[in-house]
Amino acid sequence: MSAPGVTLAGTARFGGTALFEDVRLSLAAGQWTCLLGPSGCGKSTLLRLIAGLETGAAFAGEIAASDGRPVAGRVAYMAQDDLLMPWLDVAGNVALGARLRGEAEDAGRRDALIARLGLADHAHKRPGALSGGQRQRVALARTLMEERPVVLLDEPFSALDARTRVDMQELAAETLAGRTVLLVTHDPAEAARMGDAVWLMEGGALYAVPVPGSPAIRPVSDPETLRFGADLLTRLRAA
Amino acid sequence: MTGALLAAWQGAVWLFALPPFILPGPLRVLAALRDNAGLIAHHAAITAAEVALGLVLGVALGAATAIGLAASPLARALLRPALVATQALPVFALAPILTLWLGYGLASKVLMAVLIIYFPVTSAFFDGLMRTPRGWLDLGHTMGAAPWRLMWRVRVPAAVPALASGLRLAAVYAPIGAVIGEWVGAAGGLGYLMLLANGRAKTDLMFAALLVLAALTLALYWAVNRGCDRLTARMA
Repeated sequence: MSAPGVTLAGTARFGGTALFEDVRLSLAAGQWTCLLGPSGCGKSTLLRLIAGLETGAAFAGEIAASDGRPVAGRVAYMAQDDLLMPWLDVAGNVALGARLRGEAEDAGRRDALIARLGLADHAHKRPGALSGGQRQRVALARTLMEERPVVLLDEPFSALDARTRVDMQELAAETLAGRTVLLVTHDPAEAARMGDAVWLMEGGALYAVPVPGSPAIRPVSDPETLRFGADLLTRLRAA
Repeated sequence: MTGALLAAWQGAVWLFALPPFILPGPLRVLAALRDNAGLIAHHAAITAAEVALGLVLGVALGAATAIGLAASPLARALLRPALVATQALPVFALAPILTLWLGYGLASKVLMAVLIIYFPVTSAFFDGLMRTPRGWLDLGHTMGAAPWRLMWRVRVPAAVPALASGLRLAAVYAPIGAVIGEWVGAAGGLGYLMLLANGRAKTDLMFAALLVLAALTLALYWAVNRGCDRLTARMA
C-alpha cells in the first residue's frame, strides 16, 4: 500500500457567505498533517470534503491525489464519536467495513488487529461494556482494518482524558505509520506533537506553520514541542 | 385499587338494586364466566386467532412499507401523502364493506386488525429509520457500503426501539380491529358473543366476554412489551 499525497484547493460557501475562500491544503504522502483551528472555523468541513461526505456547503474547486487516481474509495474516517454499533461486539465492529460491503471477513487479520491494540480480552464484549479509551481503540482497529492509504481523523482523541489521549496518540502514530493522515484538532498541544506538517485555519484562510526539526510523533515533555504548542496557542488566541 | 373498584361496583348494584340485565355485579359476572367457560373459550380462541394473524401480517406489512419508504425518496414522494390520506378515513367505517367483500369468516376480521395497526407500525418504524445517527451513515459511506446493506445492518438495527413503540401500540389496537369486525358481521368471536348475549339480555355473559377480551389484550400487550424490551436491550 503506497499512500498518495492529497491536495484540496478551492472555495466553500454556506449560502452566500464563504466558509473558506481560495484555500489550498496539501497532505504530504505518508505523513501526518495536522489542521488546527477554533471550533466552527470550517476545518471539519474541509476534512468531510476530502472524505466525500455531505457538508451542506457548496464547494468549488478540486480534490486530487498525487498519483492521479480518485481519492474517493481510498479514505478511512474516524471521528470524535467512536461510532461503534452497540449491537455488535468488538470483533463485529472491527469488521464492520467488510460486512457493509458484503465481503468475507478476514478473521485472522481482524483478530491480529484486536490483539495489537490490546483488546484481545474484550473481543466478544459489546461497546457498552468498554471504557471510552477502549472504545476509541476499537474505532482505531476498525479504521486500520479498512486498510486505506488515506486516513482522515476528525478530533478522534478530544473526548478522552489526558492520559488516555496521549496513549492513543502514540498508538495511532505507530499503527498508521506510512499512511497519509489528516488530523483535524482544536488542541495546539496535539497538533504540536503529531504533525509532520501543521496548518492553522482562521478567518477562512489557511496558514502553514513551520514545525520543530524533530520528527513526529514528538515526546510529551520535549521542550521544543512544548514551546511549539504554546506558540500555536498564542496564535489561536490572537486570531 | 382493583379491589376497591370491584367493591364499589358490587356496592352500587346492591345499593341501587339494579336489575342484572342493566348491571350485573362482579360476582354474577364471575358466575357467568364459570357457567359458560366452554362457550367463552371457544369464542376467545377465534378472536385470539384473528388478533394474532392480524398482528403478524400488519406488523410485517407496516415494517416492509417503512423500509421501502426510508430507502426510496421516490416512494416517499408518492406514497406518504396517500398513506396519511388513508388515515382520514375511519377504519371502522370500512368494516361493513370488508364483511361484504370477505364474508363472515376470519379474513374480514384479520384485515380489520391489519388496517388498524398498519399506520402506527409504519409511522413509528419509518421515523426511526429516518433518524439514523449521521455519524453512522458517514462511516458507512466512507466504507463503501451498498445502500441496502447499510439499511439492513445499520439503519434497521438502529431503528429497533422505534419499531418497538409501534409494536406496543399494535398489540393494543389489534384486538379493537378484530372485535369491530366481529360486531359488524361474524359467526364467532368474543365480539360476536357480546352482541349475542346483549340481544338476549344476558348482560352478565356480555360482561364475562368483555372481561376475557380485556384479559386477552393485556396478556398480548404484556408478551409483546416483554419481547420488545428484550429486543431493544439487544440493540443497545
